[in-house]
Amino acid sequence: MRTIEQLLDEAPALEALGAEHRATLVGCASNCVFAPGERIMREGDPADAFYVIREGTVALETEVPGRGAIVLQTLHDGELLGWSWLVPPYRIAFDARSLGTTHAIALDGACLRGKCDADPALGYALLKILSTVFVERLQDTRLRLLDLYGKDAGA
Amino acid sequence: MAAIVERAGLDALLDELRRRGYTVIGPTVRSQSLVYDEVNTADDLPAGWVDVQEGGTFRLQRSGEEALFAHTVGHDSLKRFLFPPELRVWRARRASDGTLEVDEPEPPPRYAFIGVRSCDLHAVAIQDRVFIGDRYVDPDYEARRRDAFFVAVNCGRAGGTCFCASMDTGPRVTAGFDLALTEVLDERGHRFVVEVGSERGAEVFEAIEHREADADEQGAPDAAAERARASMGRTLDVTDIRDLLQANAEHPRWDDVADRCLSCGNCTLVCPTCFCSTVEDTTDLAGGETEHTRLWDSCFTLGHSYVHGGSVRQSGRSRYRQWMTHKLSTWIDQFGTSGCVGCGRCITWCPVAIDITEEVAAIRADD
Amino acid sequence: MPELPVAFRVAEKQQETGDTWTLWLEPADGAEIDRFAPGQFAMLYAFGVGEAPISVSSIGGDGAVVHTVRAVGAVTNAICAAQPGDVLGVRGPFGTAWPLAEAEGRDVVVVAGGIGLAPLRPVIHELLADRDRYGAVCILYGGRTPAELLYPGELESWRGRFDIDVDVTVDVAEADWHGRVGLVTRLIPPAVFDPATAVAMVCGPEVMMRFTALALQDRGMSDDRIWLSLERSMTCATGHCGHCQLGPLFICKDGPVLRRDVVEPLMRVPEL
Repeated sequence: MRTIEQLLDEAPALEALGAEHRATLVGCASNCVFAPGERIMREGDPADAFYVIREGTVALETEVPGRGAIVLQTLHDGELLGWSWLVPPYRIAFDARSLGTTHAIALDGACLRGKCDADPALGYALLKILSTVFVERLQDTRLRLLDLYGKDAGA
Repeated sequence: MAAIVERAGLDALLDELRRRGYTVIGPTVRSQSLVYDEVNTADDLPAGWVDVQEGGTFRLQRSGEEALFAHTVGHDSLKRFLFPPELRVWRARRASDGTLEVDEPEPPPRYAFIGVRSCDLHAVAIQDRVFIGDRYVDPDYEARRRDAFFVAVNCGRAGGTCFCASMDTGPRVTAGFDLALTEVLDERGHRFVVEVGSERGAEVFEAIEHREADADEQGAPDAAAERARASMGRTLDVTDIRDLLQANAEHPRWDDVADRCLSCGNCTLVCPTCFCSTVEDTTDLAGGETEHTRLWDSCFTLGHSYVHGGSVRQSGRSRYRQWMTHKLSTWIDQFGTSGCVGCGRCITWCPVAIDITEEVAAIRADD
Repeated sequence: MPELPVAFRVAEKQQETGDTWTLWLEPADGAEIDRFAPGQFAMLYAFGVGEAPISVSSIGGDGAVVHTVRAVGAVTNAICAAQPGDVLGVRGPFGTAWPLAEAEGRDVVVVAGGIGLAPLRPVIHELLADRDRYGAVCILYGGRTPAELLYPGELESWRGRFDIDVDVTVDVAEADWHGRVGLVTRLIPPAVFDPATAVAMVCGPEVMMRFTALALQDRGMSDDRIWLSLERSMTCATGHCGHCQLGPLFICKDGPVLRRDVVEPLMRVPEL
C-alpha cells in the first residue's frame, strides 16, 4: 500500500512541480477508486475537486435532449481531470463518468487554492502545468469544431 | 547557304506543301485581327497590313506597302491547331454485356504552318516538353506535332508589346523550323531569303524555283532581327526570376494587381504556351453512347482548383498569382525552361492592360 | 489523355457509412492494367458521367482493386450507385506510393483521419504481410463518430494482433462508446515508437495532416521521415490538365504521397 506522497511523486503530470511542492500538496490529496460507470462529477455541482488519473478512462459528457449523453472528451492514464475548481464561480461544467475502474488521486479544490495563495511559487508552478493542459485541450477542441471529417469540410 | 524565292514563287511553295498532303495554315486578316487560317495562295496572307498594339489595345492598319509579313502576332497562335480548344478524346458505347466499346480517335490533319515567328516556334517547343517530353505522352499532340511543317518568318520590327529578346526566344529564328523566310522589299523587288532548317525542309524546297542569295541578301535575316531587337519597347528582367516569384507569394503587389484583374482569362486564351484543360462527358439522349471531350481551361476559373466542396484558390489574387508564378517561375521547376516566350499577347489582350513585365519589375523592386 | 478507361466489373459492394461505399472491382474480359502500389490512385469512370480520382484501398493478387468512395458529387454518386455486375472504367495506376522501402528496419507510425484510412489501408496490409521487415508498427486512427469509422471488422482484427499497436479515437460519441474521444493528434504522445528513426505515413483532411505532422515533430520526428498524401482537383492524372498544381508540384505525378519537408513550405501559403 503506497502512501499518498509516493502516488503524487509517481504522477508524470506533476513531475514538473518538484518534490518540495508536491509534499505541500499531500494535505489536500487522497487516493480514490471509481467503479465502472460511476459518476465522478456532475454538471452544475460545486467544483471542489481536481483529479490526477493514475489508471483508467474518464468520459466528459453532457446531456443533449434528443441525442442523449454526448461524450466530448475522454481522459486517460496520467491525465488531469477538472479545472473549474481554479476559477470562479467554481462550478462543474460537464459530467464526468468512469468508463472502467479508475484509480485517481483526488485533491481538494479549496485546499489547493489556499496553498497556492499562501505560496505563489507553488501557484505559478501548478498553473504552468495546468496551462499546458488548457492549451492542448482548447486546440484539440477547436480543430474538432471544424468537423474536418464531415462532408464539404474542405480539403 | 541562303537562297532567294521571289514573291511570285511563294505560291509554288504553298502548292508544293498542299501537293504533299499538308493543310497550309497562315495568318489572315479576320475580325480586325490576325487569325491563323487555311491559305491557298500568298494573296490570302496579310499583304499591306501592320499591327499597332499596346497594353489593352490592338489595331490593324494599312502599311502602304505590299509586305506580307510586316505584322507581328495577333491573338491567335499555333496552339489552336496542335492543342485544339475542343478535342474528342474518345467515344464509347455500352455493349450488351455492360462492357465499354471505345472508339479509336480519328487521325488529325497534317499541318504546314507559314508565317510562324520565333516566339511562337519556342512556344511550340515549350508545349512539346509538356505533352511529349514529360512522363506521359499525349498521343493526339504527338500525332499532330510529328507531321507538322514550319515555315517561319524573321520579324523585321517588334510588335508594340513584344519582349522576346528578354526571354531569349527571338527575334531571330534559330531552331525548330523547316524553312525560314526573311522578307525583303526594295528597289530590286519583293523577295524572300530562305534558310533551310531541316531535311524535310530541304526536300520540299528542292521543288521550288530559287536562286542563290548574294552577300547583301544573306545578311538580311540578321539585319531584320537587329531592327526588331532595336525596336523592342519592353524588357523583362529574368535574373533569378524563379526564386524571386516563389519567395514572394505574399508580396503586396499581388493585392495591387488583384484590384485590376478581372479574372477574364484572356491572357490564358491568347498565351501560346498555356495548356490547362478540363474534360466534359456527354451522352446522347438514350444514354447509350458517350463522348469524353477535352476543352481548354484557365487557371482563372474558380472550378480550376475545386476540391471537396470549395476551391483552393478562391480569391482573384491567388489565381493571378498562380498564373504569373507558373508562367515565369514554377514552369522552370517543372519543365526546365520558362513558360513565357515574350510574345506580348497577354499584355495586348488584357482588357485592363496588366503587363507582366511591369508586375515582375514591381515585385523585384520591393523584394 | 494517353489512356482509355479499362472495363472493370463490380464484384462486390459494401456500405461503410451514410455516404461512403467500398467497391471490389475485377477486370472484365481479361482486361489488364499494371499492379497498383499502396498510395497510388486510379481514375474511376462512370459511364457518361465522368471520372474521379480515387486512391486504391486494397490490392488484390489477381488484378482486382478495391476502392472506398465517398459520394460527394455527380461522378462519385454515380460510382457509389453502381451495383455488383455493373461495369466501371479504370485508368491507372497513377501517382507516387507510400515509402515502404524507406520504412524497412524502422518503426512505422500510420496516422489516419476520417476517410484518410482508405489510402493507408493497402500499406497497412503490406506492413502486416511482411511484418518482420519493419520495427514497431503503430496504427493511429481518428474518425468523426463511432458509426463513421471505416473497416470496423478489420480494425478489430488488427487490434487483436500482438505485434502491432492500434489506437482509435473519435471526435464525438454517444455514451455507449467506451473508446477514446478527442482529436487524433492526442494519440501521438503515448504511442510507442522511436521518433529518432521512425517513418510516419499520414493521410486525412489537410488541416488534420498539418497538426498531426506538428505533433509528430513535437515527439522528435524530423520532417524528412514524415509522408503525407495530398489531394487537389484532378482531371487527367497525367500532368497535362494543370489542375492539380501546388506550386511547382503536380499532385497527380509528383504526389499524392509527398514528403513533408518538400510540401510544408507550399502548404503554408494560403490559397497556393
